[in-house]
Amino acid sequence: MNQSVPSVVVKNLTKRFGTFVAVNDVSFETRHGEIFGFLGPNGSGKSTTIRILCGLLRPSSGQASVAGIDVARNPEAVRQRIGYMSQKFSLYNDLRVVENLEFFAGMYSVPKKEIPGRIAWALKMAGLEGRERNPTSSLAVGWKQRLALGCAVLHRPPIVFLDEPTSGVDPVSRRQFWDLIHSMVGEGVTVFVTTHYMDEAEYCNRLVLLDRGSIVAMGTPTELKNERMKGQLLMIECEPLGPALELLQAVPEVVDAAVFGSGIHAVVADAVVAAPKIRELLSAKQLHVSRIEQIAPSLEDVFVSLTATRGASTKSEAAA
Amino acid sequence: MNSTPAILVSSIGKHFGNVRAVDRLSFDVQAGEIFGLVGPDGAGKTTTMRMLAGVLTPDSGSATVAGHDIRLDPEGAKQDLSYMPQRFGLYEDLTVDENIRFYADLFGVKRKEREQRSAELLAAAGFAEFRSRLAGNLSGGMKQKLGLVCALIHTPRVILLDEPTNGVDPVSRRDFWQILYSLLAQGVAILTSTSYLDEAERCHRVGLLYQGRMLFCDRPEALKKKFPGGVIVVHSSDPERVHGELHGANGTRDVLLVGDRVHIFVDDAAKRLPELQARLDTAKVPYDSIEQVTASIEDLFVSAVEREAARQSPAKLS
Repeated sequence: MNQSVPSVVVKNLTKRFGTFVAVNDVSFETRHGEIFGFLGPNGSGKSTTIRILCGLLRPSSGQASVAGIDVARNPEAVRQRIGYMSQKFSLYNDLRVVENLEFFAGMYSVPKKEIPGRIAWALKMAGLEGRERNPTSSLAVGWKQRLALGCAVLHRPPIVFLDEPTSGVDPVSRRQFWDLIHSMVGEGVTVFVTTHYMDEAEYCNRLVLLDRGSIVAMGTPTELKNERMKGQLLMIECEPLGPALELLQAVPEVVDAAVFGSGIHAVVADAVVAAPKIRELLSAKQLHVSRIEQIAPSLEDVFVSLTATRGASTKSEAAA
Repeated sequence: MNSTPAILVSSIGKHFGNVRAVDRLSFDVQAGEIFGLVGPDGAGKTTTMRMLAGVLTPDSGSATVAGHDIRLDPEGAKQDLSYMPQRFGLYEDLTVDENIRFYADLFGVKRKEREQRSAELLAAAGFAEFRSRLAGNLSGGMKQKLGLVCALIHTPRVILLDEPTNGVDPVSRRDFWQILYSLLAQGVAILTSTSYLDEAERCHRVGLLYQGRMLFCDRPEALKKKFPGGVIVVHSSDPERVHGELHGANGTRDVLLVGDRVHIFVDDAAKRLPELQARLDTAKVPYDSIEQVTASIEDLFVSAVEREAARQSPAKLS
């Protein structure tokens, strides 16, 4: 594998379904040994992009290549070089653990001689040694997830697509899963992840945020949090919350306000200017403010600030 | 609070064969409170919800929902609650609107109230353009959202949500939390389960379930303080090298790669931070910053579950 060549290259990629533009002039590159996160609301074009990269859909215009192969010209060759794991794990529940591995080894045309070694590797990786003969249906979700990953990478693909891989998986299993991913990445594999959960997005080296088919932000999790948040974030703790929220939503300086646990997160242009104003306003209405301070935005705050502004206009149209 | 809690669970238990799914579990949820149950698979979250929803009968202990004893008066309890299981029963051959209407009829929601409420819920869910689409043609996340809309179409006193936001995007998720918070303001009590700890942070109180028992139960801020030891975070352009260098250093329990950062769990952050920093400097590993951070609920959760597992089978760890 040539490490200097990007593992995935997407250039001005566009996909239309009739008049609907699902993917609109998207460009990015991924490196070998990188975890690349794909974020966006439902319907933002994530799945369509991934289907194109897997050779399952043809682009309307633009180019995409995976492991150096043009996906539109040679989709079959692309499919031999990728692994794909979806949230549904696509395992055969009525087969035993080892039978699932044998099935996928056959499907991905792993050379006969290599099969026993690859299956042993996958069992070890997934921590399923000693459970080879267990029915797959009897495994807990965390085990199933690791088995599904093992099946998806039996043929040593240089690029692995994970579609919401840990949906419904508990935090302990999730950490074990990410340890596995990191060890694969250490060997130069590129991992593509789609997720709706920001604690999962934090595991990515770089993130792309899609909205309505277009890229709205790209960078490391830290860059997105430090540079891409529109405005600054205030944490306000006060009693009672309901009336405080209503008041805050009417303040011109407040771009957005939402309840978060026992407090309110308010987005403002300038925290230093807005904080005393807000404190004064709430106190004047006899609301007791116990804390108001600027906090660092989470990835979710950034995500919402970059996508919801466009959504908000349609929402008010819908309400009207 | 001196009024009766909306949900009161007293030493409730449930076996399935030899498996103790729920083991003498006790907790309460007050009116106006949202309580989060978190735990690994098989911890008993769903079994607990099902018992409260009157779908399963407990073997021992007792519980009341909106004042109704779930064993003596399960039908009374059902009148006052809404339960959204992990797979909500949508009719795939009905449209979005028809599904909502069906559930509104089922719950006896009055016409006027129904229209206002469904408009509000549909807007929050971003469904405005999809009202005439068949439920069977929606994506997974959209189906989940429609399930939530149907479950919330009436306003009961108690709402039980089993992993309600699986597959739902952050913008819609935030909108749903706003709906949940507005229900809280009307005095509704909400019990929700989740495996995502950023959601747990939004609950007033969180209970960590493991093997049918409650390991911890407290407010999120209080839970974070229960984390044993400290967490140090290193930002680096080469997190792999940081990970390799600090793995197994004195006083570290675990070293975790998280995107462009490395999280190091230590016995004593103030003591270990300079030691770790010196180690990176000596080895000339590049890093942008090294600092102590507050443990997350997930950190506490993982450490508590691992400790429990180790306590039960110490041989397995070595």
